[in-house]
Amino acid sequence: MTTDVITQDSHDEHHDSDHDHKMTGIKRWLYTTNHKDIGTLYLWFAFIMFLTGGALAMVIRAELFQPGLQIVEPDFFNQLTTVHGLVMVFGAIMPAFTGFANWMLPMMLGAPDMALPRMNNWSFWILPFAFAILLGSFFMESGAPNFGWTFYAPLSTTYSNGSTAFFVFAVHIMGISSIMGAINIVVTIMNMRAPGMTYMKMPLFVWTFFITAYLLIAVMPVLAGVVTMLLTDTYFGTSFFDAAGGGDPVMFQHIFWFFGHPEVYIMILPAFGIVSTTIPAFSRKRLFGYSSMVYATSSIALLSFIVWAHHMFTTGMPLFGELFFMYCTMLIAVPTGVKVFNWVATMWRGSLSFETPMLFSIAFVILFTIGGFSGLMLAMTPVDFQYHDTYFVVAHFHYVLVTGSLFSLYAGAYFWLPKWTGHMYNDTLSKWHFWCSLISVNLLFFPMHFLGLAGMPRRIPDYALQFADFNKWVSIGGFAFGLSQLIFLAVVIKCIRGGEKAPAKPWDGAIGLEWTVASPAPYHTFSTPPPQSDIDNADQHEH
Amino acid sequence: MQENDHNKTSINAVSSNNKTVKKLMLVVVAMFGFGFALVPLYDVFCDITGLNGKTNTTAVAYEAGSVDKSRTIKVQFITRNAKGIPWKFEPLINEITVHPGEMKLVSFYAKNNAQHDIIGQAVPSVAPGLAASYFHKIECFCFTQQPLKAGEDVEMSLQFYVDLALPEDLTTLTLSYTLYDITEKSS
Repeated sequence: MTTDVITQDSHDEHHDSDHDHKMTGIKRWLYTTNHKDIGTLYLWFAFIMFLTGGALAMVIRAELFQPGLQIVEPDFFNQLTTVHGLVMVFGAIMPAFTGFANWMLPMMLGAPDMALPRMNNWSFWILPFAFAILLGSFFMESGAPNFGWTFYAPLSTTYSNGSTAFFVFAVHIMGISSIMGAINIVVTIMNMRAPGMTYMKMPLFVWTFFITAYLLIAVMPVLAGVVTMLLTDTYFGTSFFDAAGGGDPVMFQHIFWFFGHPEVYIMILPAFGIVSTTIPAFSRKRLFGYSSMVYATSSIALLSFIVWAHHMFTTGMPLFGELFFMYCTMLIAVPTGVKVFNWVATMWRGSLSFETPMLFSIAFVILFTIGGFSGLMLAMTPVDFQYHDTYFVVAHFHYVLVTGSLFSLYAGAYFWLPKWTGHMYNDTLSKWHFWCSLISVNLLFFPMHFLGLAGMPRRIPDYALQFADFNKWVSIGGFAFGLSQLIFLAVVIKCIRGGEKAPAKPWDGAIGLEWTVASPAPYHTFSTPPPQSDIDNADQHEH
Repeated sequence: MQENDHNKTSINAVSSNNKTVKKLMLVVVAMFGFGFALVPLYDVFCDITGLNGKTNTTAVAYEAGSVDKSRTIKVQFITRNAKGIPWKFEPLINEITVHPGEMKLVSFYAKNNAQHDIIGQAVPSVAPGLAASYFHKIECFCFTQQPLKAGEDVEMSLQFYVDLALPEDLTTLTLSYTLYDITEKSS
């Protein structure tokens, strides 16, 4: 064992592919440079963060169960909403997608591993520290960040409760982790493709992660910059956002949303990639309009850089600014519509079967589209003045992030669990998970549309009496949805421990190189590149 | 032999990986810089387009030209104290009418109600924002800091005129001052 470790370390590059031994215990996970191990770490970390952020949301919903203040103080409520948002965005959704990227990209590309395995290890292992700092601030004198996940200045500077430094350093670490992860993804896709796999033969899943990684590389540094400005404004006397010293608080919002809007596509484009894999598999057809999907994804990514101010319609923009950002935002509906219609066309006249990944995928298409439509409503400047900062916005982004991103993650998880664990998941339990989630998530988020239209503001721990009934139902939906996610935990644990043995390709309609290797996927795959015939079979184009 | 080939390909892969990583790191550094470059760019952009309601920060000379008596513009004054400055701060007159091109003089009152000396700084803003570049200040207390001893009060003047080129659809301008405590920053 010892000699093997030395041999492995003495190589410049990780290529112990001929040996199949790994370290045991905690060291295996701390020192691992294996993309499958790191993918697993990311996925578990994301799920733990998802439950953490979910627990915060449960307290929020418990407080909002009735009008008046029952459980928490308003300041603590603000900390809950802030940390819930930060944990879900940076701790749950983004690392979960990175986990998928780590597990699946090398196998889909016919590559032995990610291009930069050691950086891969590092980019994962700094994440727990970021969230230890962020969540640890709950137990400090200052309390956790209470200025909203958007941390608008001067709330986070002049009016900060003292948590700004912890928040800024946590975001710095998250940003470094994301940037390293993204660089790894780009380098892997550019340099590690099996011979014969051209760009337009890559699975759409790979394409969406490729484009997302570029978005991350472009905007995460801007986020790092803006939190640095916050830090110096709060503690070192600069005046980037302080009007007293010649700065401008509205400029904060411009810089933040220049990061923030591409960020929302960072959280949804990989979801498009996942359902573009699952829907063809269970429709037993090739993906409809593969090339148009690639171009649509790219155009969404490009457009995401010129729509940021639609988050700021009420800041007093001049008319032409409002018109420009309104029309650009509405333009995004075109490529997004292309994608939705392509998924529907893929299903059209297919031999559909409704395994759990397909159920989540279909729910994704329908519910994400609802989220898209409410987004289109919010894009209209005149009505945005009414909807701004109400529960309508909360309903909108939870439809795209929960029934969008999260449902796609579940679709992907059920789809590849047999490949990851070597066992089929418990079908009955997984159906329970789906139906409980589907019903409760709509009970949770759909009435929020009406609450918002009726004028209930977001981020406030109390509300007017006329909102009481809807809020009660929303809270019940929230508790039910939270509990339903524990079913998923049970399914995964059962699936790891045992279950029906999974064949190499458990889904008859699935295509892709990952199904040409055994289940569970061996620790090292594609030490030799796959044959051209396998690559051609994995091509998602219609024939 | 096979092992050798394997090494060769991985060495090639490493050098091309390094190249790609270097390029991407450049993008990261450039975008970090771009975030900071947005600060001056924002000012320049607002300056050129006249967005954002920012008025001139140094005095302009009054060009005695014609006065457009056919138009009457209402100019409103509002004041606001930022966090933690215990001054009484208000305009002596809340509203004034003015013809484009005509010079006006108004006064603001400030009194330091604190037990200690405070240096104040008023920051102006005009709504609607697009009107800001047509609002010219010949003299303004906001051009300088206002040091007031404990209990001291002062009357401060603002002299301005509205540009003849003010767009036709604008009939009311609101000039808002926010007063900040900059004692710490200026010491």
